[in-house]
Amino acid sequence: MTTNERRQEYRTLFKQNVKNRLLVDKVVRIVVFSCVIIALIPLCSILVEVFKNGISAMSYEFLTTVPGAVGSGEGGIGPAIQGTLIIIGLSSLIGIPIGVMSGIYLSEYGDNKLARSVRFFNDVFMEFPSIVLGIFAFLVIVLVLGHFSVWAGAFALSLIMFPIVARTTEESLKMVPITYREAGTALGLKKWVITFRIVITAAKSGMITGILLSVSRIGGETAPLIMTILGSSQFFRSMDVPMDALPLNIYKLSQLPYESAQLQGWGSALVLIIIILGINLSVRYYFANKTINGVLGKLIKQGVLNKK
Amino acid sequence: MYTIHYIIYEHFIDNIQSRYNCVKKNTINYHKQGGLSDKIFKIGATIAGTFVLMIIALLVFQLISESYPVWEKEGFSFIIGTDWNPVDGRESFGALPYILGTLVVAAIAMLIGVPLSIGIAMFISDAPSKIGAPLGMLVELLAAVPSVIYGLWGLLIFRLYFKDWVEQPLHDLFGDSIFLFSGTPFGLDILTASVILAIMIIPTVSAVSREIMKAVPQQQKEAAYMLGATKWEMFKIAVFPYSKTGLVGASILGLGRAVGETMAVTMLIGNATGITAIPSSLFGPSQTTSSIIANEFVEASPASLHLPALIGVALVLLLIAIAINVVAHLLVTKMMKIKEGAINN
Repeated sequence: MTTNERRQEYRTLFKQNVKNRLLVDKVVRIVVFSCVIIALIPLCSILVEVFKNGISAMSYEFLTTVPGAVGSGEGGIGPAIQGTLIIIGLSSLIGIPIGVMSGIYLSEYGDNKLARSVRFFNDVFMEFPSIVLGIFAFLVIVLVLGHFSVWAGAFALSLIMFPIVARTTEESLKMVPITYREAGTALGLKKWVITFRIVITAAKSGMITGILLSVSRIGGETAPLIMTILGSSQFFRSMDVPMDALPLNIYKLSQLPYESAQLQGWGSALVLIIIILGINLSVRYYFANKTINGVLGKLIKQGVLNKK
Repeated sequence: MYTIHYIIYEHFIDNIQSRYNCVKKNTINYHKQGGLSDKIFKIGATIAGTFVLMIIALLVFQLISESYPVWEKEGFSFIIGTDWNPVDGRESFGALPYILGTLVVAAIAMLIGVPLSIGIAMFISDAPSKIGAPLGMLVELLAAVPSVIYGLWGLLIFRLYFKDWVEQPLHDLFGDSIFLFSGTPFGLDILTASVILAIMIIPTVSAVSREIMKAVPQQQKEAAYMLGATKWEMFKIAVFPYSKTGLVGASILGLGRAVGETMAVTMLIGNATGITAIPSSLFGPSQTTSSIIANEFVEASPASLHLPALIGVALVLLLIAIAINVVAHLLVTKMMKIKEGAINN
């Protein structure tokens, strides 16, 4: 009798236990799912607001003309678009060669103490606050030259760019099998020929992905531009005078109290977001394959890259 | 017959010898040429590789030497002083309010952002890849949005809703009893900046935590399931203990990013200066190290102490960021090494 009673007791206890555990499990599932939803709300809201408000600012004049008088709501963002393209081009010109060579060094000669510390400092440098890099460019270029300069902006942005290019290049080159290099050596090729003709050809798509991601990163940088290219309302004239760029333009417009300025700000934001998300999404779709996902995944795992 | 054979043989030997000489010559040439151009290649690559070290050294040197005047004048009170006055003749610079502002804003952003990110990582690492991959991609798209657009959105859209729906009710409920919620909510304050910052660090923290959770060996999870664990219990007994270090590292990585973030914070924090910038209430304006630089750098004249003071602030910011990131990288790398060892065993 006692055993039967106890059995009954155990059975109810067990049922109670399972019920509670399943309930907790269900609650956690709901909480976790709502985390995802909460994170997606701002993304949707940003995209919707930028498109909704930006579209109403769009016109051919808006994209091509210089800004009108402050607060008039006339004119456009032509200089800003031009400036963003110029600054992206120039900083790529400086940043990509250094980044690629640095990546080659890390991958091909990267088996010693120096290279390990280079890799570590590369990762740390990537996390330097961008405004500090802007100040650095200000100190070594603007103060020395005595005037604001497009080169200073390009230099600051290239400093943001090259560690990203270096690490993606390194990981892509490492994905190329060692047998490719051995085949090159067996043909009697020199190491630099092997690297440029065989290894880089094989790792091309991964490197392009890294380069495009770094371009999309610097395209949206504002802080280093404040103290290097300053902003201007004229089209590009020379390297030695201030220039405008889209992020800078958005910041300036958002600080103005006029509705029309805010509308123009939304218009600039739409252009900028189209450029940057365009690069990002095209990288995902055109270059998405197993190797590159492996490269990016590895970098994310090391906490290096989050801009996939 | 013999002679003919011998001639053929001799010819053969000659042939071989000349070939050998040829190869030898080529090899020597190869080593010579290859040696030189490869040396140049190696030197070039090494210079490019060590470029980052030179830049870091030059950067730190420049920041120290250019901010030297303010250290000379203020001494240690530059760090602990609260007075900030760039007016000529009454110059006084104390960066404590901005350092506190940076730390407080980043800490609140972490409190909001890290639990959300870990929840997202749990969902995505466990969901079937058909659902998980696109969701993960969407969350990471948050990282692609430029910080100035977060600022614009926060300033013109988010702030208004947040003020009416969150800050005002909190103020009405707790405003009198808890000092954190005192002060009239205006929207340009510490809490708004922190929430925007939290949104901005979600992609970083969730991407790294997701990869770390995926690195937990499948057998370990299956063992937990086999013991009759529910999904949550599986996470509790198999995933979290295993990935603790990595998750802490991921969070600190997010902290590093939050500390260095400039534009969105500048646009939302209210930009108080001096003693008013010391964070006292969630609904009060403040200032961070990066936002004071963004706000005042262009107006500062290189001749006065104002510019050295701002560079000094940048130096402090850089040191905080470096310290945080070095710790984070060491933790994440350690975790990944453990993981690789576990898989190999």
